[in-house]
Amino acid sequence: MQEIWNGFLRAIDLIITLNPQVVEITTRSLFISLSSAFLAALICVPLGGLIELRRFRGKDALVNLIQTLYSLPTVTVGLIVFLLISRTGPLGSFGLLFTPSGMIIGQAILVSPIMIGLTITALAAVSVQIKDTAKSLGATEMQIIAVVIKEARQAVVAAVLLGFGRALSEVGVAMMIGGNIRGYTRVLTTSIALETSMGNLELSMALGMILISISLIINMLLNRIQGR
Amino acid sequence: MALLEIIDLGKTVPQGKVLVEILKEINLTAERGEILALIGPTGSGKTTMLRQINLLDEPDQGQIVFDGIPLVGASEKVRLSARRRMAMVFQKPVMFRGSVQGNVSFGLKIRGRDDHERILSALDAVHLSGYEEREAGTLSGGEMQRIALARALVLQPELLLLDEPTANLDPRSADSIDRIVRGLAREMVAVIMATHNMQQCRKLADRVAVLVGGRLAKVGRPDDVFSDKEICDQIFCGNSGGL
Repeated sequence: MQEIWNGFLRAIDLIITLNPQVVEITTRSLFISLSSAFLAALICVPLGGLIELRRFRGKDALVNLIQTLYSLPTVTVGLIVFLLISRTGPLGSFGLLFTPSGMIIGQAILVSPIMIGLTITALAAVSVQIKDTAKSLGATEMQIIAVVIKEARQAVVAAVLLGFGRALSEVGVAMMIGGNIRGYTRVLTTSIALETSMGNLELSMALGMILISISLIINMLLNRIQGR
Repeated sequence: MALLEIIDLGKTVPQGKVLVEILKEINLTAERGEILALIGPTGSGKTTMLRQINLLDEPDQGQIVFDGIPLVGASEKVRLSARRRMAMVFQKPVMFRGSVQGNVSFGLKIRGRDDHERILSALDAVHLSGYEEREAGTLSGGEMQRIALARALVLQPELLLLDEPTANLDPRSADSIDRIVRGLAREMVAVIMATHNMQQCRKLADRVAVLVGGRLAKVGRPDDVFSDKEICDQIFCGNSGGL
């Protein structure tokens, strides 16, 4: 117990003194997860709008499938993306394996179902009259989607934040696609896994505390947005 | 040539497990500069008809011809182009988030235009000058109704569809709406107005179309329609005496 307590104190010290390794890993982690959330949002929010607004056969089944994929195991996504971008895969020529760019793409794929699904839920809550009013005033389909997203922007932002949280806290894609290369693709979650296995508990705990703090901030932001 | 021609229009909607015919074999025209009142009891299909004309819903049968262009079954590009020459004000208008100015300028902005003078003029027409920066969602029902009208007026439509335009308004505001509608007709705008207000109908309409149970029971000048006792009894359950 004493050892854990001492490790905890040393972890705090690493954070307070802005240990270069801790700062570097945290910054990279935030950059990759924010980029993946941003990339996913660019595609998933309009796509969610399109699915919500259009009437087509199999829409309910598609929404069910998207919702089922919320809990998609991260290692499964990691495996699929690995097969796609590995040297012999269809996208192998881009050289994305074991790069931050590959991790961003992988995490964006991972968080897509949750972002699309929550966007659909958010937009479904906007009244039909808003859509009809925009249409009657001459809006195109994409303009109607933009209006509806604007009306539901708090819930849409919450969807994007949840996606960011999932990207930040996942291990499978980061490990399999990034390869946990020191100074290049090592992020908070993969570092914690590695440092713990190496017995470097104070660094693990410091990174773990940072991860929990970021999650806490995301949660507070979500509560604030939803409470408005 | 009539600006709008409705040919054999029919609309069926599912209500539970039953398909209900809301509109049946509607044939009607509207000319430029004409005010056409749509009257009939609640549930007779007035709003549904306006929605078909505004291309918000697709009819199950028939054709809507706008300025010579058939719109049922037409491409989205053709329909959008026609829709942009019309405007509709709903019975219970909703406001977009944001200011009154943002709401009134919506239609202009999506057309890539912004004309501040025209926005101010539309607000002035509905007696809401100075409301530009007000949050639209905080306005009263009557004010929202007038903002919705300004939102349509600013687009200078060739065909204006009004669904109970004065239902939420006090007599003074209702009078000003009536004056606007008359002014629009003088500018050769075709106005189709669904209403329960028979006095307004008599005062404004050039022609009246009576809908009963989704069918056109009569179309004619207000005096002709309201002097037809059988039609009045049929539609208004005998409460047309004061007309």
